Amino acid sequence: MTVLQGEGVSRGVASGRLRFLRRDAQAQPRREVADPEAEVARFDKARGEAVVQLAKLYVETKARLGEEKSLLFQIHQMMLEDLDYRDSVTGMIRDEHVNAEYAVDQTAAQFSEMFAQMDDDYMKERAADVLDVSRRVIRLLTGREDEELGGSEPCIIAADDLAPSETARLDRSKVLGFITARGSSNSHTAIFARTMGIPAVVGLGDSLLEEFDGKDVFVDGGSGQVYVDPDARTAAELENRRDKETAHRRYLDTFRGREAVTPTGHKILVCANIGAPTDLEAVLGADADGIGLFRSEFLYLGRDNYPPEEDQYQAYRQVLEAMDGRMVVIRTLDIGADKQADYFQLPKEENPAMGLRAIRICLTRPEVFRTQLRALYRASAHGKLGIMFPMITSVSEVLRVKEMCAQVRAELKAEGVPFDEKVELGIMIETPAAAVISDLLAREVDFFSIGTNDLTQYTLAVDRQNAQVESFCDRHHEALLRLIRTTVENAHAAGIWAGICGELAADTTLTDFFMELGVDELSMTPGAILETKAKILDR
Amino acid sequence: MTQFQYNITDPNGLHARPAGLLVKEAQKFSSTVTLTRGEKSADLKRLFAVMGLGVKCGETVKVAVEGPDETEAAKTLEKFFQENF
Repeated sequence: MTVLQGEGVSRGVASGRLRFLRRDAQAQPRREVADPEAEVARFDKARGEAVVQLAKLYVETKARLGEEKSLLFQIHQMMLEDLDYRDSVTGMIRDEHVNAEYAVDQTAAQFSEMFAQMDDDYMKERAADVLDVSRRVIRLLTGREDEELGGSEPCIIAADDLAPSETARLDRSKVLGFITARGSSNSHTAIFARTMGIPAVVGLGDSLLEEFDGKDVFVDGGSGQVYVDPDARTAAELENRRDKETAHRRYLDTFRGREAVTPTGHKILVCANIGAPTDLEAVLGADADGIGLFRSEFLYLGRDNYPPEEDQYQAYRQVLEAMDGRMVVIRTLDIGADKQADYFQLPKEENPAMGLRAIRICLTRPEVFRTQLRALYRASAHGKLGIMFPMITSVSEVLRVKEMCAQVRAELKAEGVPFDEKVELGIMIETPAAAVISDLLAREVDFFSIGTNDLTQYTLAVDRQNAQVESFCDRHHEALLRLIRTTVENAHAAGIWAGICGELAADTTLTDFFMELGVDELSMTPGAILETKAKILDR
Repeated sequence: MTQFQYNITDPNGLHARPAGLLVKEAQKFSSTVTLTRGEKSADLKRLFAVMGLGVKCGETVKVAVEGPDETEAAKTLEKFFQENF
């Protein structure tokens, strides 16, 4: 038995025979040709055939997996039509009198290197596309067929890395899982595996040997472990785990698409927390009823100046449109001295958790806040938006924020820019002060969302970053539960809704407590949504 | 020569597919079209060259068109930028 450790990028346990894709990855040998013009014609013919193949794949994939997955083949087509690419290949054939396979191979290496060198993750990934499309031309030149993917029997696919065009052609019913030597959790293969729900482990490096071909393997996409030829006892254990996991996943899947209605008839929205538009795919696959917390910090971090209104508008709009009418609650800027971008030039603080952060920055730098509010209101025309303000401690803060919102609405109206008049304004309840005066705050807003992580730290005086006091952090402390109860009761007394968006929302040992309180929404990491729906519905 | 500037607001910058369509659009004209980002320039009729510029969101690019149909080309391309980037 051999155990390999890689990065688990798509959860689940799969077992089966390993099939190694021996791709034509080896370098093409260089040959001299007597008639370069005939060789150029050979290349042009193969290139033309490749374009036809790609056009066909585009149509097929669009019908099977949708427009988005099929666009890849359109990009590949455009790459083959590129003048630089063609000039490079034909130039090499004419100048050096070499065979077309070699010229394509060299050109592919050169262009993919250009992409790999770029400082943009999206462009880096395009290196794989150049190699992928060039291999297609080489296959046509050498007269070899596209390798049958998955074969006739279900198996686990192993490869150095899977090319984008290969993953799109995989037949889900024949592929039990995949493992690759290269790749990362953001690579094309990983994203594809998660979309299709196929367990996958990537980044196994040199430990993934071609001699494993045909052996029995177990893939654990959660832990990132791959067992080759497991001994009888390990195999029995793994089979047991796989069966349990499969059974549990099937069980959870029975709750997919169902509304989480409690036995007393109260509907709870089970929503997702996200940090960037790239998380959307996970949200859509997780059966979320909406987005309960969209952290807007990603727009501000990792850049050297304040994000312009237009950038923000586009990002918010993208999320609202993808959610197609389901609620999206976007939290305004929540940064402080512990999590900041240099251009904010925030002074260093002794105690950033209690310092100039979140709404306090927005109120002291109204021009930054105003830009964000304008972008949010403009985006509201494209879906159902809620705007949420973090770190509130007093009614006067809420009044100031509401006044700024009213100004922005008046401005947009005067400019004739469309927005939704019914955008809900809500606040995070994450300070003990806000929870205690939640009766007063409830009169001023449309909803509450309880941020249990900060509420715990401020209530119990336990620093979240300090491991030494972790044993003093009782996540179910009575004080915390009482504050949650007070907040929800005060919300309902004032006729507004109350949700929970901290880690406690996904704590199924508290689900009964939340149901008893009549909590209206629970927002959590996408992976926990079905688990929570099952807890609410299965009684 | 006719030219215009454009500030990219698409969060993904000049990503592959719209870049490919942009190149196709440019190829419809006989004028030479040059895309400039900072100190680097590329022939707008060549996809890899355009992608190689690595134009990101928030950056301003310059498009210069020179040739018999430059007015028409600049107008069409500017519209294409506005609709796609």
